Parts: sequence; structure tokens; C-alpha cells
Amino acid sequence: MKKKRKQSRLREIWHQLKKNKMAVVSLVVLIVLVLIAIFAPLLAPYSYSEQNVLNANASPSAEHLLGTDDLGRDILSRLIYGTRQSLQMGIFSVAIGAVIGIIVGSISGYFGSWVDNLCMRLLDIYQAIPMFLLCVALAAILGPSLRNAIIALGLGVVPGFARIMRASVMTVREKEYIEAAKSINCGTGRIIIKHIIPNAIGPMIVQITMGVGSCILSGAALSFIGLGVQPPIPEWGTMISEARSVMRQYPTQALYPGICVMISVLACNLLGDGLRDALDPRLKN
Amino acid sequence: MGENLLEIKNLSVEYHTDDAVVYAVNNISFEVKKGESIGLVGETGAGKTTIAKSVLGILPQLQAKIKSGEIYFEGNDLLKLSEKEMQKIRGNKIAMIFQDPMTALNPIETVGFQIAEAIKRHNKIKRQEARERAEDMLEMVGIPGERYRDYPHEFSGGMKQRVVIAMALACNPELLLADEPTTALDVTIQAQVLDMMRNLRQKLNTSVVLITHDFGVVADFCDSVAVTYAGEIVERGSVDRIFNNPKHPYTQGLFESIPRLDSNENRLKPIKGLMPDPTHLPEGCRFAERCPYATEECTAAPPEAYEIEPGHFVKCFKVKEGEK
Amino acid sequence: MTPLLEVKNLKKYFKTAGGTLHAVDNVSFTLDRGKTLGVVGESGCGKTTLGRTVLHLTNPTDGEIFFEGNNITNPSKHELKKLREDMQIIFQDPFSSLDPRMTVSEAIMEPLLLKGGMSKDDMREQTRKLMDTVGLAERFEHSYPHELDGGRRQRIGIARALALEPKFIVCDEPVSALDVSIQAQVINLMLDLQEERGLTYMFVTHDLSVVKYISDDIMVMYLGQVVEKAPAEELFQNTLHPYSKALLSAIAVPKYPNDTKRILIEGEITSPVDPKPGCRFMARCRYACEECKNPQRLVEHAPGHFVSCCRYKEINNIRENKEEKVNE
Repeated sequence: MKKKRKQSRLREIWHQLKKNKMAVVSLVVLIVLVLIAIFAPLLAPYSYSEQNVLNANASPSAEHLLGTDDLGRDILSRLIYGTRQSLQMGIFSVAIGAVIGIIVGSISGYFGSWVDNLCMRLLDIYQAIPMFLLCVALAAILGPSLRNAIIALGLGVVPGFARIMRASVMTVREKEYIEAAKSINCGTGRIIIKHIIPNAIGPMIVQITMGVGSCILSGAALSFIGLGVQPPIPEWGTMISEARSVMRQYPTQALYPGICVMISVLACNLLGDGLRDALDPRLKN
Repeated sequence: MGENLLEIKNLSVEYHTDDAVVYAVNNISFEVKKGESIGLVGETGAGKTTIAKSVLGILPQLQAKIKSGEIYFEGNDLLKLSEKEMQKIRGNKIAMIFQDPMTALNPIETVGFQIAEAIKRHNKIKRQEARERAEDMLEMVGIPGERYRDYPHEFSGGMKQRVVIAMALACNPELLLADEPTTALDVTIQAQVLDMMRNLRQKLNTSVVLITHDFGVVADFCDSVAVTYAGEIVERGSVDRIFNNPKHPYTQGLFESIPRLDSNENRLKPIKGLMPDPTHLPEGCRFAERCPYATEECTAAPPEAYEIEPGHFVKCFKVKEGEK
Repeated sequence: MTPLLEVKNLKKYFKTAGGTLHAVDNVSFTLDRGKTLGVVGESGCGKTTLGRTVLHLTNPTDGEIFFEGNNITNPSKHELKKLREDMQIIFQDPFSSLDPRMTVSEAIMEPLLLKGGMSKDDMREQTRKLMDTVGLAERFEHSYPHELDGGRRQRIGIARALALEPKFIVCDEPVSALDVSIQAQVINLMLDLQEERGLTYMFVTHDLSVVKYISDDIMVMYLGQVVEKAPAEELFQNTLHPYSKALLSAIAVPKYPNDTKRILIEGEITSPVDPKPGCRFMARCRYACEECKNPQRLVEHAPGHFVSCCRYKEINNIRENKEEKVNE
């Protein structure tokens, strides 16, 4: 029975989402990106670290479709492998942020009064520190690596998620069915998990989708300044950073990873927009 | 009285959604005489509000389709008018009051300004003059003119509904469409507002189409009644005829299922079953499934509206045959 | 015999920015097994809060509540769990009182699940029985609330309340969101259930004509206080309080020609924030005088008929000099 419910909700969302062409295209783009990340070794014509200094900075050719970088590595292969790192940054950091955000937001929104005040003031203080500086500081303390960049980014997005969840929980909390649940002896834990979160999660879905985009972007920025993924492992931000030295002569080397970042972020945002419309009951007919 | 101010002929309206067609209004005809007040009575989903919205031309354009029919207002078919021409009529000659006074007013403008705006939209008059008229309107609905500068949130529910009524009457319309104007109010406030509306109607000689589910309000306010069921008018006649000599089984059933203060019955007699799904209306009489008198004839084809007395129409085979 | 429910001087105050809101102020009543108490009043009169407070969905500010003779004013967690099985509630709005993400059978099964001690199959069996009791066809088992009409949704609410086999049910405007033909079906269902199971109801509503059909006793409330309390027949035949009279006459009776004279009361209900000690209806009452500024108390005019108005005798031309019993 549980399965039936999940399916019906997904189907409902899909039914609404179908109407928005841009959102569907974005979804396809994202699925393709995920597939590229998974099957990178099969798709990439070369290894990402295979150097050929004699053929450095080559223009696009039949062997190297997008040319090579200053160490003679195949750019296309590096882009394909880079998808893995970038998507991981986006998805896992948002996952961390969303889980913590949902927990903090639900507790804060449901209990209200001093619990809410405490949580919100802590978040206020936390938010007073610029997110990027925070990530830089965290990455610097924990040491630069993919995992630490993900943790830093994840912690950075917690306040946004927590606030949205809190607002959403506060509206659901006032609904009569919550009182109805109390009247049949439903405990607080069960009320939050069974009744509040499933009904309050809607706005979060949108935020999560868009969050993936912004985390890919921030992740690329972190890697660009050397606090994310370490060479020789390719990541779009790192690749832009490495292309910096030859930017004047070979601008395309920075352009390709830049386009990749742009496409993935755009796809996330457009999908988020589409989901917002699909989830908004006022737009249903 | 005498001449018809509004005449609706064979109106049918459908709503198209992604998966189905909702037959909201089916072949409805009725007329409103000058100065007359007619009550459109029926349950949720009977198509009452759709009728009012069709008259005003404010149906949701994307989904709603007017399938057939004509709506004559002062001799012109409203359905043939352009949007520009409709705008001149809307709010000026035909005004509408909505059910919920809380959402009908703009919270960030003073009530006086909103009424004055409504007046200025249709009359070329100076601001000062519009203001004075707005104050008069407020006084007329029983609100002191000094409250002109107050914002909607400073009024209680009943007061807000008075403001909404003042706004609707600001241009002295010929026809007022009132969609459940007192449903959201408490009984003592409802009595006040109805009393005020009755007095104003007599004073201004406005025709009113009152949409409601409450027979009590109809008895209090209307000259004639149209009982709607599943998008049709099943019975229509004077208040006296409908209340004291109802002929359609649905009308009879409704009267029996209302809890009444003036009866000593211990049990209510509900109509069994539910209204048919408006996306799959039955072939024959729409009420046949719930009707205690239904026969095969009733499920085969829909009945016509029979005029059993001058002005008293009933859509039922049994009435025609005089079996009841 | 001890009454099933006894409420003594119950108070529920809320702190608001503007002062203390006296939602329920000094309300007392007793309710016998198998009977129905109708609580009538307009929005803001505290009738809903009264129901919620009796059920401990909010905690009373002051006063005492007895259930089957036991003081349940401050129940422990364990006692409260037991109480919730005996006292249930049917909500006004079948649209918002059901979790939109739960199917019909899940919603009805939830109370059984929380009570525990039943196997999955037994629970499913019990759910079917409950659906049958309230007249919900089995094919709706896996439907979601938004796929059903108001009447069916309210039946789910009733089935949920019945699931724990309570003795006492607070019905908070259970039919006011429904169409008349459906309303009558639901009222009859509730009457049948009362007969079959010996249920005791507290029926909260603004609709006097509905309450007449279902109540044994009726309590009229205004701004948190009881202004009149009487057996149903008595209240309708011999209305004493000016507010009850106005309320009764304000109802639009579906009769034509309607010759009943309307008593229109001026003004609107205010909110009971820091009320003055006198009669709360005073500002709208046509009979108000200096005396009304003193605190009012419920006086027993006839057996079981209480009224809280210092001028009720003058107003109703009651001359006989009966000994008055004072109800505290």
C-alpha cells in the first residue's frame, strides 16, 4: 500500500511537470549528466591523467575532439570524468544540508516558542558569516579534498533549507488534521514524521533541486581557488583554474568546463522552477 | 415590473480539464423582471456560481466553454459583446457580490478609496464628487461616513460585507448578482445584512439574482425561486408556489431534509445517495437515481420543463402525467 | 448515578498582545450517559474552545473536569492516553481534518495502530467493519480524501472517532460544511450510532435548528459565558435571555409567508479581551440598564432552566414569586 501512495504522488507531480517543456528538457539533461558520470570510464576516449606533453594545447582534431590542455591531456575525457566530481559536490552537499535543514526546521517550526527562538537566533548568527568565507574556512581547516568541500558546502546551505522547512511546517502545524492526530493519541515523534514532514516537504523539493545547481557552482568556485578537488583529478572548477595560465592563447580550454557548469546549473534551476509550478496546488485546475 | 431585464435562454457551460469535461450548466433558461428578486437555490456543484459568472462574462477563459445559449440583458446578447463593451456593463449595470468579504477588498487601500474608484471607473466625475458619493454609499449600508479612511482590516466580517455591498451598488446597477452574500456571516449579522439588503432593494428598485443554499434566506428575500440540480433548473416558480406547493421530487426532498425550528419531527428525512458526477451525467433525468418515484421512463430520456401553472415550471415526467 | 461528564467553573484564558482573552469563562455543566448537550453560539463565543478544553487538546486555565466521577483536570501522561480512548472528537471541516496524504483505510486504521495490541489482519478487519458502520463502500478503501465529497469525508472522520470505541464524543460543527441533503444523512447516522452504542455527545454548533434535532439539553454561549441553559423543548418554548431570543429569531426559517417578527440586534460580537465584570451582552442589548453592569450569575428559573440575566423577569413578564435557587 505504501508503494501505491509514493507512486501516486510522483505520478501527480510528473503529470503537472509534463506540461512544462523546459523542465522536461532540464530533467533529461540532468539524467544524461548522471549517466555520463556513472559510465565515464566507458565514454571517455582517454584516461583523465594520460599526458602527452608533445601534443600540449592542441586544437580540436579527430583524436582529441575538444583538443588537449597544457599538459597534453584530452579535454573531453577530463570533462567527462569531471562530471563525477561536480555532480557529487552538488548532490551530496545538498543532501547533507537538506537532512540537517529538515530536522532543524521541523523541530523549530513544530515546537515554536523558545525552541524556535533558539534555533533561529543560532541560524541568524550562522548566516551573518558569508557562506563562501565559511566554506573557505572549513575547507582550510579540514584540508582541501572533495569530501571536505562537500561537508563545507553542505553546512553552508543548512540555514536556507532550515528556514524554508520551518515556514512550511508552521503552516501545516495549524491544520486541523494535526489536532485530529493528537486526539487519537498520536505521539509527537509520529506526528512530525508521519503527518507534518510529508505534508510540508513540497517547497523543500524545489529548494533542493535549485540547491544542487548552486552547490555545483560553489563547488567549482572552491576548486578554482584550490580548496576543492585536488589535481590531477579533474573537476570543472579545477579545469578552469588550470586553464587560467593559458587563457589568453587558448581561451576555449576554460570555456568548455565553463559551459558544462552553466548547463548543469541552468538545468537544475529550470527543473526547480518547473517543480515549483507542478507542486503549487493553486496552479492546478 | 413586466419587462424582462435579464433573459437567459438555453445556456450550457462546460469546463474542460486535462482528463475530463465537467458539464456545469446544462440548458438553463430563466428570466429576471425589472425590480424582481430571484433566488437560485441548490447544493454545492449545482452550477449556481457558473451561471452568475457567465452573465458577468468572468468565466475562467482557458477551461470554460459556453456551449450554447443566449444571455439577453436589456435586449442585448451579452455573449456577443466584445470585452470592451462588457467592461462598460460590468460593475456599472451589472454588479456582483462574492461570498467571502475578506478577499473581495484590497487590504492596502482604504475602503472609501475603493468605493470611489469603483464610481470613477464608470462615471466621469471629479475626485471630490466621487468621494462624497462614496461616503453616501457607506452611510446607506449603515457605516458612518467618517470611516471612509479606514482600512479593511479595521472592519469586522459583517461590516466588510456591507462595504462590499456598498461597492457593488456604487454605480446604481440595474442587476445585482449576489453569490451567497451572507453564508460567511453569523446568524445575527446575517439577519442585519439581509434586512439592509431588502431595504436597499426596495429603495433602489434593483433586480437581484440571489445565489444561496439556504431556503430560509430565499423566503426572506426573494419573489421567485429557481431550484438547481446538477446544472439544471428542475423547478421554477414564485416563492409561494415553491414553498407551499413544491412539485419536483428533489425540491420536496430538500424541504424534508432541512432541519426546521417550526417542526416537531424527531428524524430528518434525507435524500438518499449523492449528486451525480458532473463529468458523467446520466442519460435521463439527472435526479432519477435518487428519486423515490423514478420509473424506466425517467432513466431513458431527460424530461422537458412543463408549465403546470402560469410561471411554475417543473422538469419531471410524473408531474406532467399528474400522477402525484 | 454519577454523570458521565461534569465540568465545574471551567476557564480557559489566552494571553494575546491586547490583553487576556477570556475564551471560556466560568462554564459549568453536567452531562449524563447517552444524552446530548448542544452548545450554541456565534463565532468567538468560546464553544469550540470549550470542547477542546474538555478533551484536553488545550489545558484549562482554571476549574475542574470530572469524567465518570474521576477528577481529570490534570491527568498524567498515562491517564491522558486512557482518556483519549474514552473521549473523542469529530471535526467541523472534513476537508482539513484529514491528512491529505493518507488513504481512507490508513486514516481509519491509525487510531487502532496507535492503541496497539492488534494484529494487522484484525486491524484491517476492524477498519472494514467501521467503514461499513458509517456507510462507506469498501471500494473507497484506497481513495484519498481529496477524491471524495464532503459527506463521505465526514464519514471518515466519524469512523476514526468511533475506532477506539469511546463513550463520549465532542462533535464540533460536524455538519455545517455539508449540503442540506447530505447534512440530514450525517445527522441521522450520528443519531443511529448514539442509539446503538449508547454514546454521549457534546454537539457544538452555530445552527439552532440542527441542535434542536439532536440535543437533550441546550446551552447558549455568548463571549465565553453561558447565558442560558435548558432542556431543548423548554429552551425553544420558553426562551428567557434576550440574546437567545435574538439568536432564535435571526434564523431564516424556510417558510413562506413568514410572519415571525425579527428581533434585530444592533452591532457585532466583540472579542472577550479583558472583559468588564458586568453582562457581556449589555452593549447590544435593548434592555440594558445600570444594573447590568454588575456581575451576572446563572439563576434557575425552572427545574433545569438556567438564565444569566438580571432583568429576565421584567423582560418576560414573569410575575410569580417563586423561590429562586442560585446556581454557582
